[in-house]
Amino acid sequence: MGKAKANAGPLARRPDNSAFKQQRLPAWSPMLTAQTVLPFFYGMAIVCVLLGAWLLVTVQNTHELKVDYTHAGSCDKCFEKRKDRANANQSCNCTVVFNIENMFKGDVFFYYGLINFHQNLRQYMDSRDDGQMIGRNKNLRNPSSYCEPFIKDKNGLPIAPCGAVANSMFNDSFTLVYHSAAGSRVVPLFRKGITWYTDKNVKFRNPQVENKTLTLAQVFEGTGQPLYWQKPVYDLDPWDRNNNGFINEDLIVWMREAAFPNFKKLYGVLNRAIEPFTDGLPAGNYSVLISYNFPVEYFQGRKEVVLSTVSWFGGQNNFLPVAYLVTGCLILLLAVILTAVWWKFGKNGRNMEE
Amino acid sequence: SYTVYCFHLEEERHVRANDRDYNEKFPYADNHIKTCKYNVFTFLPVNLFEQFQRAANAYFLVLLILQLIPEISSLSWVTTTVPLVMVLLITAVKDATDDYFRYKSDQQVNSRQSQVLRGNLQNEKWMNVRVGDIIKLENNHFVTADILLLSSSEPYGLCYIETAELDGETNLKVRQALTVTSDLGADITKLADFNGEVICEPPNNKLDKFTGTLYWRDNKYPLDNEKMLLRGCVLRNTEWCFGMVVFAGLQTKLMQNCGRTKFKRTSIDKLMNTLVLWIFGFLVCMGVILAIGNTIWEQKVGRSFSVYLLWDEPIRNNNVVFSGFLTFWSYIIILNTMVPISLYVSVEVIRLGHSYFINWDRKMYYIQKDTPAEARTTTLNEELGQVEFIFSDKTGTLTQNIMVFNKCSINGKSYGDVYDEFGHKVEITERTACVDFSFNPLSDRKFKFHDSSLLEAIKMEEPSVQDFFRLLALCHTVMPEEKNEGDLVYQAQSPDEGALVTAARNFGFVFRSRTPETVTLYEMGTAVNYQLLAILDFNNVRKRMSVIVRNPAGHIKLYCKGADTIIFDRLDPSNHVLMNTTSEHLYEFAGEGLRTLALAYKDLDENVLEEWMKRLLYASTVIENREEGLADLYEEIETGLMLLGATAVEDKLQEGVPETIACLTLANIKIWVLTGDKLETAMNIGYSCNMLRDDMNEVFIISGHSVLEVQQQLRSAKEHILGLGRVSGTVDVEKTDDFSEDSVFEETIIAEYALIINGHSLAHALEPELEQVLLETACLCKTVICCRVTPMQKAQVVELVKTNKMAVTLAIGDGANDVSMIKTAHIGVGISGQEGMQAVLASDYSFAQFRYLQRLLLVHGRWSYFRMCNFLFYFFYKNFAFTLVHFWFGFFCGFSAQIGLDTYYWTAVNHVFVWGSLAVYFAILFAMHSDGLFSIFPSHFPFIGTARNCLTQKSVWLVIMLTTVACVMPGLAVRFLKTDLYPTLTDKVRSLQQASRKLGPKEQNLRRVRRTSSRRSAYAFSHQQGYGELITSGKNMKVTPSTAAPSPSLSPSSPGRVHNSRSLIEGMSKRKGETPVACVSAEAYGTSGTSEGNTRTQQTVMDSNVVSNGAVQT
Repeated sequence: MGKAKANAGPLARRPDNSAFKQQRLPAWSPMLTAQTVLPFFYGMAIVCVLLGAWLLVTVQNTHELKVDYTHAGSCDKCFEKRKDRANANQSCNCTVVFNIENMFKGDVFFYYGLINFHQNLRQYMDSRDDGQMIGRNKNLRNPSSYCEPFIKDKNGLPIAPCGAVANSMFNDSFTLVYHSAAGSRVVPLFRKGITWYTDKNVKFRNPQVENKTLTLAQVFEGTGQPLYWQKPVYDLDPWDRNNNGFINEDLIVWMREAAFPNFKKLYGVLNRAIEPFTDGLPAGNYSVLISYNFPVEYFQGRKEVVLSTVSWFGGQNNFLPVAYLVTGCLILLLAVILTAVWWKFGKNGRNMEE
Repeated sequence: SYTVYCFHLEEERHVRANDRDYNEKFPYADNHIKTCKYNVFTFLPVNLFEQFQRAANAYFLVLLILQLIPEISSLSWVTTTVPLVMVLLITAVKDATDDYFRYKSDQQVNSRQSQVLRGNLQNEKWMNVRVGDIIKLENNHFVTADILLLSSSEPYGLCYIETAELDGETNLKVRQALTVTSDLGADITKLADFNGEVICEPPNNKLDKFTGTLYWRDNKYPLDNEKMLLRGCVLRNTEWCFGMVVFAGLQTKLMQNCGRTKFKRTSIDKLMNTLVLWIFGFLVCMGVILAIGNTIWEQKVGRSFSVYLLWDEPIRNNNVVFSGFLTFWSYIIILNTMVPISLYVSVEVIRLGHSYFINWDRKMYYIQKDTPAEARTTTLNEELGQVEFIFSDKTGTLTQNIMVFNKCSINGKSYGDVYDEFGHKVEITERTACVDFSFNPLSDRKFKFHDSSLLEAIKMEEPSVQDFFRLLALCHTVMPEEKNEGDLVYQAQSPDEGALVTAARNFGFVFRSRTPETVTLYEMGTAVNYQLLAILDFNNVRKRMSVIVRNPAGHIKLYCKGADTIIFDRLDPSNHVLMNTTSEHLYEFAGEGLRTLALAYKDLDENVLEEWMKRLLYASTVIENREEGLADLYEEIETGLMLLGATAVEDKLQEGVPETIACLTLANIKIWVLTGDKLETAMNIGYSCNMLRDDMNEVFIISGHSVLEVQQQLRSAKEHILGLGRVSGTVDVEKTDDFSEDSVFEETIIAEYALIINGHSLAHALEPELEQVLLETACLCKTVICCRVTPMQKAQVVELVKTNKMAVTLAIGDGANDVSMIKTAHIGVGISGQEGMQAVLASDYSFAQFRYLQRLLLVHGRWSYFRMCNFLFYFFYKNFAFTLVHFWFGFFCGFSAQIGLDTYYWTAVNHVFVWGSLAVYFAILFAMHSDGLFSIFPSHFPFIGTARNCLTQKSVWLVIMLTTVACVMPGLAVRFLKTDLYPTLTDKVRSLQQASRKLGPKEQNLRRVRRTSSRRSAYAFSHQQGYGELITSGKNMKVTPSTAAPSPSLSPSSPGRVHNSRSLIEGMSKRKGETPVACVSAEAYGTSGTSEGNTRTQQTVMDSNVVSNGAVQT
C-alpha cells in the first residue's frame, strides 16, 4: 500500500492486484456431503481401533511390578522409628522380598514411588531458587526470598540448596539383590544417566569459581545444608566425586517436581553388561535392602519400589490403548448413526432442493 | 443587565456591527472551531481515564494489583502488565493520531483567510472572525460564518449561493440584502460606520428559518432567511459581497446541525461484553468452588503435610478459611485467561485486517476518480453483514446530479437511439461513437449525443427541427456567463433546464446572452436578436412555462414547454396525428426512466398580443386575486398551440444503482431515501431506481400540515395495508398490544406499498405520539421516501428506526447535509471523490460509488461477520480448554492454585499471534524453553528442556492425536447432520454450484432490469417559480456600461415590461415578507409573515393534490 502511494500518476491510489489483497488466496472449504463424511468416519474408526489394539498388545508385553515397602517386611520397625522425629539421625535398614514370575525383558527401570505426597502445592513448588541451582554465586549466598523459611539455617548461614523442595528430598536408598540357585548377587544399577540432559548440563550447575583447584566443599563454604538433610550437598554421593553439589542426579530428579500427588521417580537403570542380566531381569526371587529414612506417616503417605520395562511409547500404561479403542468404537457408532440418518432422511438430496 | 441575563441561557441575540466591545459583553462563540478532544497536556490523563472506563481494562488493572500481592499471585505480574500496557499503548496511539487529524483539519478550516473590516479591509484567519464583524466575501469562496448580507456587487443587493453542503441542492439560490444596507455598496468608510444592531433568535439548527430585526438609524427592519448567508454555502456568480457576522463558529447553523459524534459499537461488541460478564460470573463460581475445596483440603490433608511446609503456621493450623480466601483470589488470577484481555486486542487486530481488505479491494476502487474505498472506522466491519435498514441520500448518492439530454421526438420522429446496419437497436455504451460537434465553435465539449441523424436534420435546415432547438434556446430562465470569448457557462435554476439549453447550444442554437428585454442566440453561427416580450413563468399548477418573443423579422411567437398532459390539452386540433405519435414516443421515453417534456409554439398576431398585454398589465395591478387573474390570462393565450415535439432528459443515476438496490432488497435490506429535494424529483428517482413501480399496489403520500392530518393520513395508509378493522382504538393501545402482532403480520404482506412523506409532515410525524404509527406504517411499506427533510430530520428518522426496531442501520450520503444522519446511524458511509468532504470525514466507510455498497455489505460484511464469529468460537473454546485444565488440576494439587502447565508463553502467543498457528506456537515454546533464555532469567523461565524431552515421547503425540480426533469428530458429525438435514441457503447454493460445475460451464443469461414507468414530465415538477420575474425585471443583470443605458426601471420599451418590473417588486415583497416601505412595525411584519405562511400552505396543498392525482393515475 505504501509503495503504491509513492507512485504518482492517474492510478496512483489503485490497490495492488495481489491474490492476498484481493482475498483470492486458494481456500478449501469442503462440502460436508455423505460421500466425503461417512467414509472419513469409518476410516477414522478403523484407524483408532487398530491403533488401540496395537497399543494394547504393546502394553501387554511390558511388565511393571510395584512393591509397597512402607511397613512391609522388616520395614515395619523402621516405619515406627521414623514416627518419632527425635530418631531422625539414627539409621534404619530393612529388607523387602518379592518374586518375579516372568522375566523382565529389555531395559529395566528402577523407580521409587510416593503416594499422597503433594509436590504440586504452589507454595511448595515456588519454594526454590533456580538462580542458585544454576550456580550463581550471588544466589548461593543470598537465596531468593521464595525459599522462606528454608533460607537460613540455625547458624544464620544461607542454605544451599534452599527451599522446601530441596529440603524434603527423598533420601531412602536401595540395593536390589537377586536370589538365584547360584546364590545371591546384587543387581547392578546405573545410578547416573537418569536425568534429562538439559537438567544435568544446563539447568543445574555447581557454583563457578575463579580458582579451579578448590574442592567442592570449599566452594560451598559458608553455606549450610538443608534442615532435614543428613549430609551437605557437596557430599551426596560418596562414591563419585563428580556427582555432587547441585548436579547430583538424585537431587535433580527430586527437584523436577511431580505434577500429581502419586508419582514415581527414577532411581536407576539396570546395567545389562553383566551376566545374568544381559537380557533383562530374570524371573526368580529378589529382595531390596532399604536404607529407610524418609518419613511418610505424617501425611498418611506410602512408599514403594517400582520395577518396569518400557515399550516404544513409554511404560506400562493402559490408558492410551483403552482410550483409543473407546474412541474408535464411539466413532464407529457415530458413523453408523450418521449413515442411518442419511439413509432415511437425506439420501435423495431433497433437502438440498429449493 | 444583559450580561447577567445572558450568562444563563441565550434567549435572544444582540449583535452590534463594528462594535467589538459591545459584543464581547455576551458569551458568543467566536469563529474558532474545535472538534478535537485532547491537547498535549490533557491527553495522558483524559485518555487513560477514558480507557479505564472500559470494563476490560479496568478488570485487568484489578488483576494486576492482585498479582502484586505475593501471597496470592501464582503468575508473575509481567504476564498481565505487558499485554495491558500494550493494549493501552495501541489504543492511545490510535486515539492520538485520530485526534491529531481532527486537529489538523480544524486548523486548516480555522486558518482559511477572510477579509474583515477593521477600519479598513484586513486579511484575517477564519478563527479570528468575531460576531459583529463586517466581512467581505468573494466569488466561489466558502461563507465564513452565518452572516447577514449587507451589500453585494450585483444590483439590488442580490447575491447567489450554492447550498449543496447544507441541503444537497445544487441549484443556485438567491439572497437579497435590505435596500438600506445594499446602498452601502463597497464603500469602506460607510461600511465601517455602519452600526446597526441585530436582535435575533438564539443559535439553532433550522437551516431554512431565521427571524430577527435590524435596528439602524432609529428604524426597524425585519430580517429573514433570505438575507442570511450560512456557513457552508459557496458564493457563486457574485463578484463580492459584504456581510455582518451574526453566528460564528460552533453556533452557526451548519455546526448546530452536526450531530454529536458517538462512539459506535457493534452488536458483537455488546454480545462479547455480555459473554465476558457471564464468563466472569462463571469464573467467580469456579473460584468459590476451588476456595471451598482448598479450605476442606487444608483441614483434612494439608494440616498433616505441614512438615514440609513449615511457614504460615497460623494459616495452616488455625485459619483454613483465610487460606481459602487467599486461594479464591489466586484462582481468579490463574483462571483469568477465560476472560482474556487478548480477546479485545485480537478482535481489534482482526477488524483492522478486515479494514485493510476493504481498502485493498479493487472491486471498490473507482478508476475515474482514482478513489479506493476506505474503512475509516476499523471497528464496525462485522456489523456490515447485519445491516437491515439503509438510509440513502438522493443527490450525489443515487444520482450523479448530472442531467443529460438523451432523446427527443421532433415532428413525429424519434431521435437518440442508435441503430446498426441491420436496423437493430444498439446498446449505447462508452464506446459508441458520438456526434461530432466540431462545426460549432461554441459547443460544449462535454455534451455527448450518439444519434447523428439529428445533426443531419439540422444541417438540412428542417424547419421543425430548427424551431425545436430555437424553443429550447429561448424558453428558459438560464443565465449565461461568458468569461472569455466562447467560453460559455450556464447558470441554470434546475439542472434539467441547463441540460436542455446545452443541447440546443451544441446543435447550433447557442444561447449567448440576455438582457431584460432581449435574448441573443447564435443560430448556426449567426447572431440573432430576439425581443423578449413576456415570460409566462412556471408554477406547480401550470406545470409549463412560455416566452413570447419577437424575432428580427418582426414575427411574434409564443414558445411553450411543459408537462405533456398539460400541453396536449392546449394543442390545436390539427395536431391530432402528431400528438399520437409523440405520445407514443413519450411512453417509450418514460419507460426508460427519462424525464420528458413536450414543446409547442404558437404564432401570435400583433394586435391580439397588444390587447392581451394591456389586460395583463391591468390584471397585475389588481390587488385581489391577482394570481388567479394572471393565471387565467396565461391560460388564455396558451391555447391553440402547435406541437413541436418532446424532449427526454436523463437524471443520470450513478452506475448500477437500480441493480444494487434490487440486490439489496433481495437480501431483505430495506432502503429508505431521505432527501432534501422536492417530492416530485424524489419520486422520479424512486421510479428510475426501481424502488417505486407502477405495479405497486399503492403509493401513499403523506403531506399533511398538522398533527391531526398527518395522523389521519398515516393511519388510513396503515389501515389500507392491514385491511380495515385491524387498526382500531387509540394510538396508545397500538403501541403496546398490536405492535408485536403486527410485526408478525408484517411478514405475510405480499402486496407492495410505498410511502412518501414530506418534510413538514415528517416534522409532525416524528413527534412522540405519532412516531410509532409512522414507524409501523413505514415498515409495512416496501419503499419509503422522505423528501424536503432537514439534516436534523434525517438523523431523527434514523434514530427512530435505530431505537425502535433493534436493527442495524446504515446511512449513506455525500454532502454536509447528510453528516448528522451518518453520525447517527450504526454505520455511516460517505461518497468520496467529490468536492465536499464533510460527509466523508464524518463517515465510517467511504467509497466513490453507491453500487459498491453491495460489495461492502454482502461480501465484506458477511465475511467479516463469519470470520469474527468463527474466531470468537475458537477463541473461547481454546481459552476454556486451556483454563479448565487448571480447575481440574486444582483437585490434585490441594487447591493450592498451582498451575499445571506453564502459561507464560501462551500469553505471549495470544497477544501477538492471534490465530495461534502451530508453527508460531512451537517456535515460542522452544524459545521459551531454550538454554539461552533460561540462563538469563533462571527463575522466570524454569521450563528448560521440558518441550524437548516431552515431545520426543511418542505417547505425547499419541495423546495429541487422540485429543484431536476426539475434539473434531463430534463437531464434524453435527455439522454434517445439519447440512444434510437442514441445509442453509448457502449450502444449497454451494451444492448447486458443485452440481453445475460438474455439468460444465453454462451460458449465463443476465437479466436486465427493465424499468416500466408511465410517469412523465418530471421536469415541470422540479422547477421553481420566480426566476422569470427576476429575469424580465433585469434585477439580476450585471450593470455593465452597455446594458446600463436602458436601465430596467427607467426605459419602458414595451408595455409588458413595465408591468413586469412593477409586479415583480410587489410579488417579491409578498413572497419574502418584506414591504417596500423600509420601516415596518412589528405588527405589519407579523401579518406579512402569516400571509407568507398561507401562500406556502396553499402551494403545498396543491402539491399534494397533484401528487395524489398522479398516484391515482398510476
